[in-house]
Amino acid sequence: MAVLVVADHDNVNLKDNTNKTVTAAKALSADVDILVAGQNVAPVATLAVKIAGVRKVLTAESEALGKQIAEALSAAIAPLMANYDAVLVPATSVGKNFAPRLAAMLDVAPISEIVEIIDADTFVRPIYAGNALETVRSSDPKKVITVRATAFKAAEEGGAAPIEVVDPGPGARHTRFVSDEIVKSDRPELAGAKIVVSGGRALGSAEEFHRVIEPLADKLGAAVGASRAAVDAGYAPNDYQVGQTGKVVAPQLYVAIGISGAIQHLAGMKDSKVIVAINKDADAPIFQVADYGLVADYKTAVPELMAALTAAGR
Amino acid sequence: MPIAAREVGGVAGGEGDDMKILVPVKRAIDSNVKARVRSDQTGVDLANVKMSMNPFCEIAVEEAVRLKEKGVADEIVAVSIGPTQAQETIRTALAMGADRGILVQTDTDPEPLEVAKLLKNVAIAEQPRLILMGKQAIDGDNNAVGQMLSALLSWPQATFASRIEIEGEIAKVTREVDGGLQTLELDLPAVVTADLRLNEPRYASLPNIMKAKKKTIDIKSPDDYGGLGEGHLKVLKVTEPAKRVAGVRLENASELVARLKTEAGVL
Repeated sequence: MAVLVVADHDNVNLKDNTNKTVTAAKALSADVDILVAGQNVAPVATLAVKIAGVRKVLTAESEALGKQIAEALSAAIAPLMANYDAVLVPATSVGKNFAPRLAAMLDVAPISEIVEIIDADTFVRPIYAGNALETVRSSDPKKVITVRATAFKAAEEGGAAPIEVVDPGPGARHTRFVSDEIVKSDRPELAGAKIVVSGGRALGSAEEFHRVIEPLADKLGAAVGASRAAVDAGYAPNDYQVGQTGKVVAPQLYVAIGISGAIQHLAGMKDSKVIVAINKDADAPIFQVADYGLVADYKTAVPELMAALTAAGR
Repeated sequence: MPIAAREVGGVAGGEGDDMKILVPVKRAIDSNVKARVRSDQTGVDLANVKMSMNPFCEIAVEEAVRLKEKGVADEIVAVSIGPTQAQETIRTALAMGADRGILVQTDTDPEPLEVAKLLKNVAIAEQPRLILMGKQAIDGDNNAVGQMLSALLSWPQATFASRIEIEGEIAKVTREVDGGLQTLELDLPAVVTADLRLNEPRYASLPNIMKAKKKTIDIKSPDDYGGLGEGHLKVLKVTEPAKRVAGVRLENASELVARLKTEAGVL
């Protein structure tokens, strides 16, 4: 069997989710191709060919693909599926948007956000906000799967796959792109960051969130996250939200500051390698998942942490 | 109003000035209840557990009602696929402001593809201009039915909506995407799925709850809408995720940094 991986990219950079999804694809087949669908994607394809173990890299280009319109993506990929037994898509907002549409076009049941591959037909995926894991077997001859990238290791570099141009399909007839409002930041991207510093409702205001969370994140070279409570209160923008309804992260180090640890937040970060919690409420549920806990007011603890990091050479 | 432009490959939606919104709603575990896995690994224990309308469906109903209050929509039809108790879910939608309901009654738990196929046939029968629904149900967490329904109808889609404006034959939808927002224009008919920040759903007032009791709910069977297929997915087991064990409480920040450096090796 052959497997197609749909690259996660922004027409310029290839995202690490692609490497992780390639690792998942390798568990299904030795023949893994990558599709880079977008506009002016030559730089992305140049990066994709370097992923080790990839057979070839397909590129499909059109304006609608450049804007990652679901209708255009699914229409471009559906005919390619004649050559593949499965398509694996990183479960990003783009992937979650088009993959089920593609599945319906092929009359197959999509399998959402897998975290483990048992065999070619059997997959494990979280349900009920991560409070349960479902092992599901698909009888479809072709599979459409989205992959929770944090559950898989990134494939290494070292490949030199050939590039092949494919038909970009008909685009999107009834959907037009109007505008993007993408937040620009010099910090690492939340979903793939090695360290994440998140703030919660205890911060009390947007100003305090900026003043406390951001310098600590910058000192650690970390991405900034937030709890839903902090986002709903307007302390941090929507795309900072870590949790079931926001982003699922699994960094090496997750630092939760003033976050109580609601179930829906834990669902988004409990697979982090090391969790640190700073909260003045000793009974906060976050301490039940934290490897290291500091029962302290962030107002004193964070400056002390900054000082201790400086003393340790960070 | 002519809709000749819509014939290309797609299923026709309702015509002209009659702006009907179809809102699929799901009865699911209440969002404040912690799901517990059954010891025989056959699923999550739902016996004696509080059930409610799935929160994202509630947001979709609220948005439909607001569109009607603004004079944009004329009629709102709430449809649910589920057991007889799903009538309560539809009743909630009616109390919030939907005009009538359809229950496609089944005691099976059809997978998203089957749900999308039934809803396609409901849409063909009802001819809505807009299908507004939640982005995902908080039980199966598939996040798939809206996209599939849109594909089956060959209608445009906008998922994860945080803002919806209807201007004539066009829906302008702002979507929550990784890293920010994206705004799209869709030709109606279309499928739009609601994200968390689209609105804050209202509580139904007592008079509206009383009024909702007089509204019609048509009880139908899956066979009225093309029938249920065999399903392509089989759940082999449902297990509890590995629990994290609580670690240690430290005295101060210096000890934390020392532990992160030497013991955890993450600095």
